[in-house]
Amino acid sequence: MCDVCRWTYQGRSAVCPCSAMGVSPVWDGTLSPDGFNASAAALIKRWKEIEVDDSLPDWTWKPCCKLGVPSEEEGYLALEGVYHSCEGSQVEESNDFDGADVVADDTWVQSSSDAAHVYDFHVVYSYSYKVPVLYFQAHLAGGQLLTLDEIKQDLPSNSFKVLSDSKWTFITREEHPHLSRPWFTLHPCATSDWMKLLLEQTKEQSLQYLPAWLSVVGQAVGLKIPPELHCNS
Amino acid sequence: MAAPYDEAAWSEEAARRVWGGAVPLQVHLHDADVTALPPPPPFPTLGPRIGYLPLLIPVIKAHFSNTLPPGVDTVWFEYKGLPLKWYVPIGVLFDLLCADPERPWNLIVHFRGYPSEILSPCEGEDSVKWTYMNSLKEATFIITGNSKSVMNMSQADQIALWESVMKVNLDGYKNVSTRLKLGPFEEDGLVQTPSVERQQSSDEPESPGSGKPCRVPVRLYVRSVQEDLEDIEDAIPLSDWESVSYINRPFEIRKVEGRSYITLEHALQTLLPEFFSSKPAIRADDSQHVEALDSPPDDSDITNSSRSSQEVEQASVSLREADIAKKAKVKLVRVQGIELDMDIPFLWVANNLKNPEYYLHISVYVGKRKQ
Repeated sequence: MCDVCRWTYQGRSAVCPCSAMGVSPVWDGTLSPDGFNASAAALIKRWKEIEVDDSLPDWTWKPCCKLGVPSEEEGYLALEGVYHSCEGSQVEESNDFDGADVVADDTWVQSSSDAAHVYDFHVVYSYSYKVPVLYFQAHLAGGQLLTLDEIKQDLPSNSFKVLSDSKWTFITREEHPHLSRPWFTLHPCATSDWMKLLLEQTKEQSLQYLPAWLSVVGQAVGLKIPPELHCNS
Repeated sequence: MAAPYDEAAWSEEAARRVWGGAVPLQVHLHDADVTALPPPPPFPTLGPRIGYLPLLIPVIKAHFSNTLPPGVDTVWFEYKGLPLKWYVPIGVLFDLLCADPERPWNLIVHFRGYPSEILSPCEGEDSVKWTYMNSLKEATFIITGNSKSVMNMSQADQIALWESVMKVNLDGYKNVSTRLKLGPFEEDGLVQTPSVERQQSSDEPESPGSGKPCRVPVRLYVRSVQEDLEDIEDAIPLSDWESVSYINRPFEIRKVEGRSYITLEHALQTLLPEFFSSKPAIRADDSQHVEALDSPPDDSDITNSSRSSQEVEQASVSLREADIAKKAKVKLVRVQGIELDMDIPFLWVANNLKNPEYYLHISVYVGKRKQ
């Protein structure tokens, strides 16, 4: 298979017609399974390098398990236990709530860390669309799951409306591919279109893919991605 | 030479059987939802294999209307304590959950207490329609590389397509679906895009971009049963969905060396390598034998007749050693209620036994060794 255009070419030629014909192959904005794994590893590493203020946990790699058989190749990224204050910005774990927080949002009942919203984000590879897909859920510290309306209130006021109205992203509730439970997800069908635009001029598209992708989808769900993540080191 | 094989006629027959297939159901009202005594008798009905449970709600509700508690209904179905996923086609649920096909299939319907931690929300027909169209888009993307043919459908066509699925109207369905130009899947695995003309006898490869390897949309439901299970009817019923591995993963069509067609076995090996490949913890030359061969070691029903005896002999010794390392063994493969042999042509199965959203749903029972 040609690495460039991903076409299985037949015949004796050692060179895929895509280059032989002088046609420069156009990247379609997708990511291969290997590319996903490599990009994930790069993301985990880079995240640890740039993380200065400890306000966000680390991304971890979770192997996929099929009937108790852990896969050596397949897995997904997880960022769990991200705390949100009601103002929509992420708080440090030292939790300095004050009276102003209570007043700002009438969904707060008490200004203690028990009422904090805790987010879990998973990045799962879609074999169908050949792109990463974001799954997320939020719960109270005590465990009770939040509804989409409650999550909306955590987001910077305009971002949710803008992004959900846009043709690029919309949020649905679907079964998590590996956890057999309903999670919220950003529908992946347009991902390759906008990723193609985003990374057109970039070298090493595979490795840069997840950081670039995350910096965009993070905005839709109020996850602040440090800009250093997708800067070329 | 075999009698002429009329492929078109066989395909038509297969489609009629798939669309005509239905699971006889006996729907019992959940005890706690009964408000009038005596409790109403169970409701017998037919669940189309290609249909979805929420579409049966109107007729079920009508039957039980006298005895339902007042208030808002949140309807869900259960089989032996397991809440049923409403977005899985009825035939697939039956094939997967009833190891020994139970006829009629006894289900419990609930009108309260929706298990929202387990089941995503369902707002009746709209939710099912969304699921169907979404799956169709995904399948289209898988087959052609984009969702254009679905996105470009007229409103009228979209409505007609959904109605034909809902009402199990095969002719109505064919009217619209042929215009999507999806497939059929061919062994040479080239995508038929409308803008590219097929070069039948030319040695020139097609221009890249249009000649991407074709992929078959597949949804696998893998259930583990006791390893030493002799009769499938003795399988312990599923109590939770964590015991099922759901694998939504396309099969990429590629020519296999030395084979004239892709077998079901080969397709499953590709999609479920964990359940087929053995981990050779042995010498280098043995592991070469293992890798050179497509098929897993064979002490199940898989026939070996298509392989050369020489190959088998060479490999069987080293493979038997590797067999010990194998974690699971395929006991049963079911599609549209039919138990399939491992050497059946996979693409024939995909072309003729797929569901109306162009997905092939396969239930796989594997025997798990207790670890």
